[in-house]
Amino acid sequence: MITSIRGGNLLSLNNVSKEAILEVLDTAESFVEVNKRTIKKVPALKGRVVASLFFEESTRTRLSFETAAKRLSADVLSLAVASSSVKKGESLRDTIATIDALGIDAVVMRHQSSGAALQVSKYVPHVHVLNAGDGQHQHPTQGLLDAFTVRQVLAERRGTSGLESGAELFQGLRVLIVGDIRHSRVARSDIAAYAALGAEVRIAAPGTLLPSSLEGWPVTVVDDFDEALAWADVVGLLRLQKERGTGSFVPGLGEFTQSYGLTLSRQKLLKPSALIMHPGPMNRGVEIDSRVADSSQAIIERQVANGVPVRMAALYLTIAGSSEGSDND
Amino acid sequence: MTNYILRQGLVHSASGEEIADVLIVDGKIAAVAKKIDAPSGTVEIDAKDCWVGPGFVDIHTHLREPGREEAETIESGALAALMGGYTAIVAMPNTEPALDNVALVSYVLDKGARTPIDVAVAGAITQGRKGELLAPMAEMAELGVRLFTDDGTGVQSPSLMRRALSYAKPLGVTLAQHCEDEDLAGGGSMNEGEYSAKLGLIGRPALAEELMLLRDLELVKLTGAKMHFLHMSTQNSVALISAAKKAGLPVTFEIAPHHFTLDESACSDFDALFKVHPPLRTKTDVAALRDALRDGSVDAVATDHAPHAPELKDLAFDEAPAGMLGLEHAASLTVDAVGDGNSGRFFEVMSRGPARIAQLRHSDARVRHSGQGGDLVVGEDANLVVFDPSAKYVVDRDKLHSRSTNTPYHGRELRGKARVTIAKGRAFNEQGEIA
Repeated sequence: MITSIRGGNLLSLNNVSKEAILEVLDTAESFVEVNKRTIKKVPALKGRVVASLFFEESTRTRLSFETAAKRLSADVLSLAVASSSVKKGESLRDTIATIDALGIDAVVMRHQSSGAALQVSKYVPHVHVLNAGDGQHQHPTQGLLDAFTVRQVLAERRGTSGLESGAELFQGLRVLIVGDIRHSRVARSDIAAYAALGAEVRIAAPGTLLPSSLEGWPVTVVDDFDEALAWADVVGLLRLQKERGTGSFVPGLGEFTQSYGLTLSRQKLLKPSALIMHPGPMNRGVEIDSRVADSSQAIIERQVANGVPVRMAALYLTIAGSSEGSDND
Repeated sequence: MTNYILRQGLVHSASGEEIADVLIVDGKIAAVAKKIDAPSGTVEIDAKDCWVGPGFVDIHTHLREPGREEAETIESGALAALMGGYTAIVAMPNTEPALDNVALVSYVLDKGARTPIDVAVAGAITQGRKGELLAPMAEMAELGVRLFTDDGTGVQSPSLMRRALSYAKPLGVTLAQHCEDEDLAGGGSMNEGEYSAKLGLIGRPALAEELMLLRDLELVKLTGAKMHFLHMSTQNSVALISAAKKAGLPVTFEIAPHHFTLDESACSDFDALFKVHPPLRTKTDVAALRDALRDGSVDAVATDHAPHAPELKDLAFDEAPAGMLGLEHAASLTVDAVGDGNSGRFFEVMSRGPARIAQLRHSDARVRHSGQGGDLVVGEDANLVVFDPSAKYVVDRDKLHSRSTNTPYHGRELRGKARVTIAKGRAFNEQGEIA
C-alpha cells in the first residue's frame, strides 16, 4: 500500500491509501488559487525538467499536464513520440533512455499499452514517472481530479472548503459509474479513488462492457439502471471508446443510448442534487445527451479546470516531495 | 570413443530401479550390474546419490533456425538441451520460413546431426502454417518426421483439421495441436480473469483452449487418427483428455513446466517474461496440473522452450512476443512437482512418455536417431542422464547456454540438476565433454 506519492511515482491508484490521495487533493487546493492569479506561476519546480511523452494521441491531458508543469516553473520537454522514434522501430526502453540522457526529473507519459508507465519506471528508476494513461489500465490523475472536483462542489454546498472537509464528504457517498467500464482506464482509477475515500461505488453497463471478472473490485453491478440513477449522488459517465473496438461489443450506438445513455428523460430520474461527470472527450448524443451535458447538474468543465491544480499537485509531490536535504547528493 | 563407467547411481529402467554401475563401451550400454570391474582406461563417473536413467526427451523445442538465429540456433538450442539433461529434442516448425517441406526439414535434420544430441523435427500441418492448405506431410514422413503441428497457433478451421487427420492417419504420424481458438483468444496477452480485468489487459480465456480441445477430441473420434495435445494448461482440459483416454481415444497430452509452476498473478508487473501462449492460468489450474503430473494422467512434460531476443521482451506487455525458455530448468521444476521420492514418475514424463509420443525409435537411417526409446537398455546407444535430485542452484540468466535470456526463473533457487548427460555415447558436464 502506497501511503504517499512524495518523492515517488504516480502509476496507478490501486493500492494507494486514502491518506496518499488526500495529500494530493489537499495540495491541489493550494494550487487552485495560483490558477486564479493574474500571474499564474509559482517557482516550486524552477530548474526541474519534466518530459512529456505521449505515445498515444491526446490533446486535453497533454495540455493540462504541460500547463501544470509550466505553472510550477518547470522546463517542459514535449515529445510527440507517436510521430518520431517509434515509427522508426525504436523500443520503449531506448526512447526513454534517450530522453533520460538529456537530463530530466520526471516523465509524464501516455501509452496505448497497459503497464507501459510501470515498465518505464523500472528502466529509469531515478526519474519520477507520472502515468497519463496506459492502455486500459489506469489514468490516475483523472481519478484524482474527479475526486477533487466532487469534494470541491460538495464542500461549496456546505459552505466549507475541500481542505477542511478531508475525506468526510465521501463517507457513504453514492457513486454510479456508467458505460464502457471494460475498456476504461478512467473507470479503473475512479473506482480505486472513490472506494479508498469511503464512497459506495456501483457500476452500470451492458454485459459485454463489464470487465471479464470483477473479483476484488470494490463495486456492485446494478440490475436496473433507472433505479440506480435515482439512488446516485454522483453519476460518472464514460466515453464509449469506438476506437478501441467497442463497436463489436454493443449492437449499435443507438441501442447503447437507449439502454445506458444519460438522456433528457433519464436525467429527470436523478436527485436534483446529483452531479453528472464525464472525463471527456464526450460523444454527445451517445453516452450523454447534449442538453444534459450543458445542464447545471453537469460539472464537466470543472473537471477540466481542476485538471491543472491536481496535476500541479501530483508533479509537485513526486518531484519536489523528497528534495529536502537531497539537493546536494 | 571414450568408455565410461557410472558408479553407484540409482539406476532407473523400465524394470525398476537399483543402485548399480553402468558400463558404456564404444558408445553403447555394455552392462548394468551391482558392481562392475571396468577395463583399464575407462573414465569413472561418480553417480552416487544421483538418478541414472534414460536421457530426457523434449517434444516441444523452438530452435528459431532458420530465421531468428539471434534468439537461438540449432546448435545453441541443442547445447541448452544437453545441459538440461536432454538427449533428444523435437524442433518445432514455426521458424521463418516454416518447416513445411522436405528441403527445410532436411536442413534442420542435417544441422541437428552435427550437435551432440538427437534433433528430430516436427513438420507443419499446413503450408506456411497459414491454416489454409495441407503441407506435404507424406513426403516429410518419408524423411522420418513423426509429429506434425502448426504450433504457435492451432489449426483454426474445423474442416481443414478434419482433412488433416484423415490424411495423416494412414501415414502413421501424429498431429499435435496448439489448442487456442483465435477467435476467442486473439488480441489477448494473458489469462482472462481477475488479473487481466484489473490490469486492463485483454484476456485469452481458458475457453479458447478447451473449445478447440473438445472439437479435436470429436474429430479424433470421427477419423480414428492419433492426436497429441500440446501444453495443456487448465484443470478442465486435463479432465476432458483424461475422460477421452478412458473412453479409448488415441490421444496423449503434455504439460509445460511454466504452467505447473507459475500462475497468472506473475503478470502483475507487466513483465513480458511471463507472457506465453497459452497463458499462465489460475492457482487452481496450477494445482490441478501438479496433481495430474503425480497421479499419472500426464503423458509428458514438454518445455515449449521459446527463446526471444531481449529487445523483443522489452516491448510493452501486449506488444511483446509470447514464450519463455525451458530446456535448462524443466527437470528441476518437474522433480519438485512429482516429489523426489518418485523417480519412476519423473522418468516417465521426462523420457519414456515423450519418446513414445515422438516415435523416436524407428529405422529410417536418415533420421539418425540413436536408439532413443526413452529407456535404458543394454546393447543400445548410450543416451543417459545422471541426475542429482538434491543439487541446489540459483538460476542466473546470464549463465545459460541458450542464446536468449528470457527465463522467468532468474534469481530463483531450484533443486535437481543434470550432473552428466551422455548423448550418443559421449558424456558431457558443465565443463564440456568428459574424456
